Amino acid sequence: MSAIILFMAGIAAIAGWWLSQQRLAAKPWLEEGVLVDLREQSGSSPPTAKIGLGVFLAVVGSLFALFISAYSMRMTMVDWRALPVPALLWFNTGALVLSSVALQWAYTAARRDDIDGVILGLLSGGASAVTFLIGQLLAWRQLAGAGYFVASNPANSFFYLITAVHGLHLMGGLVALGRTTSKVWRSAEVIRVRLSVELCAIYWHFLLLVWLVLLGLLTGWTDGFVDICRQLLT
Amino acid sequence: MAVAIILLLVAIASVAFHLFSPWWWTPLASNWSYIDHTITLTFWITGAVFVAVVVFMAYCVLRFHHKEGRRAAYNPENKRLEWWLSVGTAIGVAAMLAPGLVVWHQFVTVPADATDVEVMGQQWQWSYRLPGKDGRLGTSDARLVSPDNPMGLNPDDPNGKDDIVVQNDDLHLPVGKPVKVLLRSIDVLHDFYVPEFRAKMDMIPGSVTYYWFTPTRTGTFEVLCAELCGAAHAQMRSKVIVEEDKEYHAWLEKQRTFAELSSPRSVAKVIYKTGSE
Amino acid sequence: MVDVPFDTVAGIPPAEVGEVDLYHPKSWWTRYVFSQDAKVIAIQYSITAMSIGMVALVLSWLMRLQLGFPGTFSFIDPNQYLQFITMHGMIMVIYLLTALFLGGFGNYLIPLMVGARDMVFPYVNMLSYWVYLLAVVVLVSTFFVPGGPPGAGWTLYPPQAILSGTPGQDWGIILMLASLILFIIGFTMGGLNYVVTVLQARTRGMTLMRLPLTVWGIFTATVMALLAFPALLVASVMLLLDRLLGTSFFMPTLVEMGQLTKYGGGSPILFQHLFWFFGHPEVYIVALPAFGIISDLISVHARKNIFGYRMMVWAIVAIGALSFVVWAHHMYVSGMHPYFGFFFATTTLIIAIPTAIKVYTWVLTLWRGDIHLTIPMLFALAFIVTFVNGGLTGLFLGNVVVDVPLSDTMFVVAHFHMVMGIAPIMAVFGGIYHWYPKITGRMLNEVLGRFHFWVSFLGAYAIFFPMHYLGLLGMPRRYHDIGETAFVPASAHDLNAFMSVAALIVGFAQLVFLFNLVWSLFKGKEAGGNPWGAASLEWQTPETPPGHGNWGKELPIVYRWAYDYSVPGAAGDFVPQNEPPAGLLAQGAGP
Repeated sequence: MSAIILFMAGIAAIAGWWLSQQRLAAKPWLEEGVLVDLREQSGSSPPTAKIGLGVFLAVVGSLFALFISAYSMRMTMVDWRALPVPALLWFNTGALVLSSVALQWAYTAARRDDIDGVILGLLSGGASAVTFLIGQLLAWRQLAGAGYFVASNPANSFFYLITAVHGLHLMGGLVALGRTTSKVWRSAEVIRVRLSVELCAIYWHFLLLVWLVLLGLLTGWTDGFVDICRQLLT
Repeated sequence: MAVAIILLLVAIASVAFHLFSPWWWTPLASNWSYIDHTITLTFWITGAVFVAVVVFMAYCVLRFHHKEGRRAAYNPENKRLEWWLSVGTAIGVAAMLAPGLVVWHQFVTVPADATDVEVMGQQWQWSYRLPGKDGRLGTSDARLVSPDNPMGLNPDDPNGKDDIVVQNDDLHLPVGKPVKVLLRSIDVLHDFYVPEFRAKMDMIPGSVTYYWFTPTRTGTFEVLCAELCGAAHAQMRSKVIVEEDKEYHAWLEKQRTFAELSSPRSVAKVIYKTGSE
Repeated sequence: MVDVPFDTVAGIPPAEVGEVDLYHPKSWWTRYVFSQDAKVIAIQYSITAMSIGMVALVLSWLMRLQLGFPGTFSFIDPNQYLQFITMHGMIMVIYLLTALFLGGFGNYLIPLMVGARDMVFPYVNMLSYWVYLLAVVVLVSTFFVPGGPPGAGWTLYPPQAILSGTPGQDWGIILMLASLILFIIGFTMGGLNYVVTVLQARTRGMTLMRLPLTVWGIFTATVMALLAFPALLVASVMLLLDRLLGTSFFMPTLVEMGQLTKYGGGSPILFQHLFWFFGHPEVYIVALPAFGIISDLISVHARKNIFGYRMMVWAIVAIGALSFVVWAHHMYVSGMHPYFGFFFATTTLIIAIPTAIKVYTWVLTLWRGDIHLTIPMLFALAFIVTFVNGGLTGLFLGNVVVDVPLSDTMFVVAHFHMVMGIAPIMAVFGGIYHWYPKITGRMLNEVLGRFHFWVSFLGAYAIFFPMHYLGLLGMPRRYHDIGETAFVPASAHDLNAFMSVAALIVGFAQLVFLFNLVWSLFKGKEAGGNPWGAASLEWQTPETPPGHGNWGKELPIVYRWAYDYSVPGAAGDFVPQNEPPAGLLAQGAGP
């Protein structure tokens, strides 16, 4: 459970940092009149939808941290037999990186009010995300073809489950991306979709980050790191 | 007025119930009197807090309930009082926690001279295994379970040959000797629970858990399953009979070992089967 | 007094849902059924939760009939008994209490109390309710599938939850897990709203330290729920795959009814860790909103500001954070590494300190107050009695070695019913009696209300206080019939019968309550806008019940905290949060 504890500590740190700016030591019964809090003082508090996405990402992060916890807890048992990672995953990772880059590009285009750039970025980002998903499916088929079925070993089950959950989140992102694209298509006013594009880009970067962590875990790269952590703890 | 009296009555009735209740823990039959003492201590501390809070509430309701012209005092906080209460609470909590942790340390530290006894749970019965003359238990595996070998013992393990297997019968233990109870299950979670011994621990398929105790008085004690294990959970019963050394050995003589129980034919069959895998 | 630069404030636009973004219903359907108005969603959540709660109440009657009079009722067999306890527990904890506190109270009170027009994502909020309703429907459907609902206990521990020795392992468990997954998805949608609304949509002047404690409680509980429910999601998904695809996340090599199964290599303890990583915060997800509501009820009805507001806020935050590092105290006898016991016993008992502080501040708020013994106040008093009782028995179970003899006995059942069953329900009732006038414009009937209160409080106490002693005796939980057991005296059966009779009476009192809810809707006394003389913002709406958008043309501006009762020098015994200070009016800067 160390991964989720670490994650929660991170969340607690953010929450603590935020609370520390909210004058929690104030004596509210002495303070009559209009008080201005951080939201208004800074004048440029982030838009509500962005904060909503931030909270949602915390929830998704907690979900993946829990999967990682379960995985690393199971991994320590003696009968663990990791499955060979198909080479295709490297190609898929490349596609996902490309997708993230394309969306970042769309976002910078949106800030420049470059509508064509936005459309190009969104479409190529979507296309490479779909490529990633298809690649993942092919990787599954390769594994199944080589006899690594979902139920034949806990390591296999974890591999299929974690990649599936990540893929589902990306599909959810694709729905949002599709809506944004159609909005851009219809309205042609970049200012009205800038926020949507930005939110998509943030979500994509987040899923890329999650994927890189998962990839490290599944390929065993992080084993050394995990060992070090365990030695520190014991 | 009525509300205050009823609140007071709730406090008084709770204390009276505690003092005069005929339902109290079963007479202890193991060395874990420390657990009972810790519970008693916890009852005193928590009982005092409960009565104090409820009586104080009753007093407030009686003294400060709304009357024409009453106005509440203005009292946003009292730092000093709050800190005193916090420190007092912390002391009370520490007074319960410290003995608890000391006793827990004893509970998880098995004495070196404890004898192993294996208890195996399955839906919905108990089986027992005692080490033979060599004092060691053989290994086991759920994969080896078969009608001839219902406990899944390893026929190839020399330590296991002389193990004494007790099935469909009660467990006997000698009084005054520490026992390390090794717990395992071949299907679902169970929990070997004898109220008089105070100790309990879940049994998990795939691993072996344990606890230890020393039976301190002779008698027959009922075994229950304390972890929900399916439809007949409530019927999963057995008995532990604690007796003097002499009677215990007389009983032990009559028991059969794993080697005796498994006829040569069935042993050969099991070996053949595992060998072929 | 703090110097507040009034002139700098003028240029800042109030934080609110803009008139453009505000959702406007176009037809009867979108106004009352597929509504995006948080107040309507709150009522939908509450009615659904209370309906499914009635099912759980009936199940508890059946369980008590069986326990009090074993063998008398031939229509309850051991399998059904296990199904009853499972469904009763799951419904009460998740589908009733979580949904009612966060979906019901949260939706209604957060926008009103922080001075917002609505939740910040109304469409997602609406979806949240409909997904929740779907989850409830799927849950109820388990009663009608072959094999019936699951009977694995509400903790759903594998391996037995999905093996054939347990009732409901074919369809029931699958639908139960599917329903939980739906619930979590629906809750996440709602939870995002509650959190972001508190973060973003507070009206001008509503700093965090001016929030009523109800909002603090619901807000913190929602943050915890958002982070903790994924653990249940992970556990449910993995268990579902074990059941459907034959994976072995939680399933070791094992024998099912004498046959070796194809499972192998999984860890049952892993499920318990995941389940309780959700399960313990869940206790506080239910308790923190109750804490908040009780604080507000006591303050309003004792006409006195809440004592130690700052301590209360800090305690809520501390409890929220600590509750994530105590989960394994549910697993002291699960066979996990015994050394964890030292750590988790310590953290568990530490959490008792902020909790105790909350109790002290409640009773000290009563002290030298002007206590109006209204029905909400009575429920608040009952909450304190039951919560203190249940909280103190928690010190037994949290102290690892004391837990060893008591775990899995009726002591545990009595403890958690007292602390997270009866006490939060008292807060729910108190809250309903308190806010019903705001929601409907009418008061609940006083006579029926007092009857309901006394029967519920004293009856529930009579059920669960003696139950501790059955556990002390050693009576295990989840037994449909203890039967002939050497250490159980005959008098214990009489006590069981007494508790059953009390449970039936308490149950029927709830029917009186439901009748009161409906009857008062039409015949209740007109309440007016602020019948209790409360200072917090929800009582200051221009209309009662609050209209669409809550505040009419202009959002309220907040000038003080929510607890200005019996302020020396003030004219009345309360000052509304949006009443400008005298000096400000003279300057002409007021609304």
